[in-house]
Amino acid sequence: MKAFIESLARNRLAAFGAIVLLLLVLLALITPWLPLADPDITFPANRLHPPLSEGNLLGTDALGRDILSRLLWGLRVSLAVGIAASLVAALIGSLIGIVSGYFGGRTDNILMRGIDMLMAFPYILLALAIVAVLGPGLMNALYAIAIVNIPFFARNIRGVTVGIAHREFIDAARLSGKGDLRILASEILPNVLPVIVITLSTTVGWMILETAGLSFLGLGAQPPQADLGSMLGEGRRMMINAPHVAMLPGLVIFILVMSINLLGDGVRDALDPRLKSGALSRPAPMTRIRRRLTGKHQDDAGTSPASALLTVDDLHTDFEMGRDIYRAVNGVSFTIHSNECLGLVGESGSGKSVTALSLLGLVASPPGVITGGRIEMDGRDLLGLSAREMRRIRGKDVAYVFQDPLSTLHPLIRVGDQLVEAIRLHQPLSRGAARELAVTLLGQVRIPNPQRRAEQYPHQLSGGMRQRVGIAMALANDPRLIVADEPTTALDVTVQAQALALIQRLREDKGTAVLFITHDFGVVSQVCDRVAVMYAGRIVEVGYTADILDAPRHPYTRRLIDCVPRLGEPDNEPTAIPGLPPAANALPEGCAFADRCDLAEAACRHGEIELIATDAGRQVRCIKPLGLPVHARAGVAP
Amino acid sequence: MSETLLEIRQLTRTFGGGRRWLAPAHPGVHAVQQVDLDVQRGDTLGIVGESGCGKSTLARMLVGLDTPSSGSIRYSGVDLQRLRRRDRHALSRRIQYVFQDPLSSLNPRKRVRDILAAPLRYLRGLEGQALERRLGELMEVVNLRPEFITRYPHEFSGGQAQRIGIARALAAEPEVLVLDEPVSALDVSVQAQVLQLLRRLKREFDLTYLFISHDLSVVETISDRIAVMYFGRIIEQATARQLFQYPAHPYTRLLLGSAPVPGGPPIQAEAGDAELPDPLAPPPGCAFAPRCPRARDECRGELPTLDKLPGRADHHAACLYPAEGSWRRFSTTNTQEGAG
Repeated sequence: MKAFIESLARNRLAAFGAIVLLLLVLLALITPWLPLADPDITFPANRLHPPLSEGNLLGTDALGRDILSRLLWGLRVSLAVGIAASLVAALIGSLIGIVSGYFGGRTDNILMRGIDMLMAFPYILLALAIVAVLGPGLMNALYAIAIVNIPFFARNIRGVTVGIAHREFIDAARLSGKGDLRILASEILPNVLPVIVITLSTTVGWMILETAGLSFLGLGAQPPQADLGSMLGEGRRMMINAPHVAMLPGLVIFILVMSINLLGDGVRDALDPRLKSGALSRPAPMTRIRRRLTGKHQDDAGTSPASALLTVDDLHTDFEMGRDIYRAVNGVSFTIHSNECLGLVGESGSGKSVTALSLLGLVASPPGVITGGRIEMDGRDLLGLSAREMRRIRGKDVAYVFQDPLSTLHPLIRVGDQLVEAIRLHQPLSRGAARELAVTLLGQVRIPNPQRRAEQYPHQLSGGMRQRVGIAMALANDPRLIVADEPTTALDVTVQAQALALIQRLREDKGTAVLFITHDFGVVSQVCDRVAVMYAGRIVEVGYTADILDAPRHPYTRRLIDCVPRLGEPDNEPTAIPGLPPAANALPEGCAFADRCDLAEAACRHGEIELIATDAGRQVRCIKPLGLPVHARAGVAP
Repeated sequence: MSETLLEIRQLTRTFGGGRRWLAPAHPGVHAVQQVDLDVQRGDTLGIVGESGCGKSTLARMLVGLDTPSSGSIRYSGVDLQRLRRRDRHALSRRIQYVFQDPLSSLNPRKRVRDILAAPLRYLRGLEGQALERRLGELMEVVNLRPEFITRYPHEFSGGQAQRIGIARALAAEPEVLVLDEPVSALDVSVQAQVLQLLRRLKREFDLTYLFISHDLSVVETISDRIAVMYFGRIIEQATARQLFQYPAHPYTRLLLGSAPVPGGPPIQAEAGDAELPDPLAPPPGCAFAPRCPRARDECRGELPTLDKLPGRADHHAACLYPAEGSWRRFSTTNTQEGAG
């Protein structure tokens, strides 16, 4: 609630609307106690006084009634009727929506067809028809407006309820012994309430306008009662002689509705989870880079070994959320050689995906910022490139394969056309030639009948097929490095086996290097030549896959391998790692794993622990590497 | 030695199908077909299969979230549907469910207290002091700090949220827990914690588990018996040891051969299409025949039944030409092999 008010106050327009509305409501509330003339007493001698005349601050109307007094009393009526109609519509409409969305089937069908019938009429005509049947009058106008607006709530709330009714927590509530009524009241209602409030806040203004409209036509408030709409209607006849009689109520309607709408939009922005998640703030084309000018990495270009395809040196990527800084990648360095497969292993939150995305500046900014490091390819620092130059590398020299191909492929474009687009971005080919290449690529990733498959949409393909299309797209421009971020995690084992075999074969045929991100040591041992283990944003161990699996040197690596149940060894019970990884916005000093490590000693919690070289090609970030004699602990300088 | 707690006979669930108004009759999708299963009290039955094999539908029918199209489930000799009709809480007091996604199975707008109190209140009729005491016990049983009870689900990590899901299921004091991929959404280190917790709870509360998973190695560590599902049917069933040592169905062998083991030998990948048959037009014979390297003509015409294998105690397979002999065990000592 506090966060809601804060975010509302930050929105200046909404705050302005709220203040204006508050003033108007306050005025309407205290009207009976203000020293005003009776709004309904006529005084023909004083008719049509202009504003600012003595005794009548805003003048008088055709019957000599004080306009200021009538405006305030009218505001009272309009506000009351508008809000009451909204509440009635919200109550009945939401009830219909929740019931129909939750029960579905026949209930849904009957209720929604009824709503459809209401919506089949132009609604102002429907409102007029209802008033015509009930007879003119303020209460009848209220009913008419409420009824006309019920479909709006019913349909909105039904849509949201359908989404919630199939969530697992509803099943869980049912299994907890709750009946339908309890589930509706205590599980569904709290989740749709924000939507009801949003809908309400964006319709109140509209309903006040509609009430005013009916009164304007003489169907709402009956004389002598004042209401903003009827005042406007009465004043319209002397627009030329006494414009103020019509313009003043018009102005009040305008201010009232505008303030309500501004506030309503603010309420919507503050409550709508989609907007809160940053859907409105479009990320920059490239991650923001704000490297600290320590001078350490800025000038020593070309230090990477000759065989290196890509060298990452001391990469730092932070997420800045308000006052908190989450250090997702905290000084990562590694090298990938051509035609090598380097595995990047870690649990969720270890920073492996952010590392991969940082390579080509793909971390969303805001909130991501690359705060340090160098990424070198062909002697160029990729982090020093402009967005334009970076675009030329993305998909051309370095391509990505993501975990969920269904969310990375465009659902409305045929897969063949998506491939053609990827090809033509980087290669000067005609549509026809690109098309041929696309079909060839689909064949290369062993999609049967590629010609026909190219004509299909992503949803027509199975998960395994979609991931093959994802791989084909990554291959489209013969990249030298493919970054594969958990490419087989969402696949079934038999399909995963095929995808892994495919990646292996492509490496052999095309000589592509692969940065393979995964949490599964089994997969690593299948495809990776070398592996780097990440923990809390840092690489804690790197070396040849077989060596690391055989004799892990870092306690974390050891324990991570031990947690995985191994097929064929049912007696070998996996041992859990106690505790949780440290939060990325409060990393401890020293070794981040020390709190969970049973070998930790005081020295583990102080200072910077460097990666030290232990065996051939192996580096470990630990002061007590496993399996090494004590005197070798100091290690060889890396 | 032990009594049969759950007796599932010819259980079938069909989605859709039938005639619609002014439309020709259309076939339904058979999510679960003629499943026969027995679960002994105190056992852990693992159910393995890939996505779309019907294992979740089977689980949902067991807890009453779904109704079978035909066939029966008997719990201690009582028909489950009758039990459900008589008292909808009676079933939930006996069989509970743990969901795959720990976060989406907890209402984001409810505190842990409210989530755990619901089954205590509605299924066990606890109020006031007794309720408070049970809440405290439940939190302790799943190793959560008592002060967490006032928090909202989003404040928890995946593993902690799954413990709340388990505590919610335990609150009903059930005899059977149906665990639908309870550790699949968790990190490996947390996965091991939850598996340990499940093992301990089973001992402490004499529970019977139905453990559903796609991960063979996880199922192997926790199950006494294992049933393998493919395309809505059980195609092989045996004790865990038997199944992993002498897998008889070619699909089981394929699953075992596809699972990558750290430091294990290279996995085998199928040459052809690894896709399931079209559920709207299932093949007449064995559903696995189009992918099966051992398939012969008879396999494509005749539906194999789940029969006891000759010469093996308690080992059933639905295959006309079951594979014989032991499955080549992974050599876990020679880690060099898998690195290439």
